[in-house]
Amino acid sequence: MEIAIQAEGLGKRYGDHQALSGVNLEVRSGTVLGLLGPNGAGKTTTVRILATLLDHDQGHARVAGFDVARDQLEVRRRIGLAGQYAAVDELLTGRENLTMLGKLLKLGKRGAVARTEELLAAFELESAADRPAGTYSGGMRRRLDLAASLISSPTVLFLDEPTTGLDPSSRMVLWQMVRQQVAQGVTVLLTTQYLEEADFLANRIVVFGSGQALAEGTPDELKYKVGGEWLEILLANPQAVPHALSALARVAMAAPVVDDTGRRIHVQLNNRMNAIAASAAALEAIGVEVVEFAMRRPTLDDVFFQLTGAKTGGSTAEEER
Amino acid sequence: MSGTSPNAGSPGLTDVLTLTGRHLRHLRRTPEKIISTAMTPVAMVVILGYMFSSVMTIEGGVDFEDYVMAGVYAQVGLTCVGITALGVATDLSKGLIDRFRSLPMGRPAVLVSHTAADMVPAMISMGAVTVVGLLVGWRTDSDPLSILLGFVLLLSFAYAMLWLGALLGMVLRNMEAINGISALVMVLFSFLSSSFMPLNGLPDWLRTIVEWNPASSLSAAVRDLWGNEPAIEESFAVQNALPIAAGSIALLILVLVPTCLRMFRTR
Ligand SMILES: Nc1ncnc2c1ncn2[C@@H]1O[C@H](COP(=O)(O)OP(=O)(O)OP(=O)(O)O)[C@@H](O)[C@H]1O
Ligand SMILES: [Mg+2]
Repeated sequence: MEIAIQAEGLGKRYGDHQALSGVNLEVRSGTVLGLLGPNGAGKTTTVRILATLLDHDQGHARVAGFDVARDQLEVRRRIGLAGQYAAVDELLTGRENLTMLGKLLKLGKRGAVARTEELLAAFELESAADRPAGTYSGGMRRRLDLAASLISSPTVLFLDEPTTGLDPSSRMVLWQMVRQQVAQGVTVLLTTQYLEEADFLANRIVVFGSGQALAEGTPDELKYKVGGEWLEILLANPQAVPHALSALARVAMAAPVVDDTGRRIHVQLNNRMNAIAASAAALEAIGVEVVEFAMRRPTLDDVFFQLTGAKTGGSTAEEER
Repeated sequence: MSGTSPNAGSPGLTDVLTLTGRHLRHLRRTPEKIISTAMTPVAMVVILGYMFSSVMTIEGGVDFEDYVMAGVYAQVGLTCVGITALGVATDLSKGLIDRFRSLPMGRPAVLVSHTAADMVPAMISMGAVTVVGLLVGWRTDSDPLSILLGFVLLLSFAYAMLWLGALLGMVLRNMEAINGISALVMVLFSFLSSSFMPLNGLPDWLRTIVEWNPASSLSAAVRDLWGNEPAIEESFAVQNALPIAAGSIALLILVLVPTCLRMFRTR
């Protein structure tokens, strides 16, 4: 399969701050790569370099087969960009915004108008099309922004935090639109701070932290990296926790962990069915009252927190004593 | 998926026209911008040409209201600095410029269209100044071609000032700073010049500086073209006002335009 986005050893320095150091990326055509990372990790910097808006000072990158530093024009002909902050002209109406961009993309006046109508319909903006974009809600603005990035029917689409600040239903609408593009063969590079978003949209995820790729893989691979499933037990009475911990320590593969609530216990188990049964029996034997008893799989939050070194919100049984 | 049409990327007239259309729409939707631009020079005409002219007399057989008009037009040019500076800085503070930069179009189009569209408020201000000037009794004493040449000179000065504004907008970025600096440019260059009074009372060193202020040679050249220049003994800078004015405007444009375009490209 063809590689649509490729970066090797990408580095960028702002003054004496190294914003990116040695980033490698590879996105196959027609797939979605999610760049996941905390504030300041370098996500926007990466997108801006790949979209030819910023010069890098180390490494090289190719987008849609062209070098982003040498063949800027060729790259620009093939990409769409929706930046971190919706880039719409607030004094122009939604329709004028799209038509203007269509003309700048040399679709001709008629072509620009036709494409505008198509996109207004697809993004459910027809009823607001003749209002200045400055009067749009955040969600409408984002939709207009995404529509604007699609005018030229790009083969590679960059979305920098496309749903930050949107309510869950607008977010879902946007996600569906991105999926539609992917179904039509568009390659998408998307940055996000929402793990759910990366989980939902991305085929592969790169976790970013202080200018470096910390881990890469499919959502499932990354979840697997932070460990297998665990058992989550909620006790009715917090006083029973130490008791339960020592009972569980005998069946668990690692020391059981108590979370911030002080009464929820996480237990890593090795062999699944037997261990579940053994845990249940151990709790039964000491006679503690159990409110909840369930298997949990790691979420991308766990991956994110573990790799970016943020606080996980739990402490081990060791520390508890 | 198909790419864009084959001629995509040719930087050209279409881009400039499309973006100029954008700015003209902005102006139509924020008429207060045009009105506030025109207000200061119109007030100057009323204050100088009507109130002051009853007490001010100028040697050399020219009425004060006739003397000051060229200076007021030059001042319109100076207020142009602020118009483009604010427009460019506003654009840069939003993500839209990034979208423009990511398009396969010639980057000069953005600034070229900004300055082209901002000629509209400049011309509207000059129109308002003309009407009010005629009302307070300003008259030219010259042939139509010279009068026209005077206006061409004033408009090219305004155009150069729009590019100075583009430069300021890119360098300063901050709206308050831009307002402050462009007001300072306006006051300094229009009042430290022969725009509103002849320079014969000034000490020599100051007089030399003021005479070489482009706004001085511009207003002197225009007064001369319009037959509004007092017939008094003149220094080199005043006698050669027209070539000096034309030369400095050309020089400003030749320096400012490439500087701005390079700065915009590599920002
Ligand atoms: N123009 C600039 N000048 C100086 N430093 C910059 C500049 N742009 C970004 N940085 C720095 O580079 C680092 C990476 O920034 P970047 O915007 O790429 O992060 P990000 O991952 O997009 O963060 P966020 O999630 O907050 O958008 C940050 O430490 C930031 O302060
Ligand atoms: Mg960012």
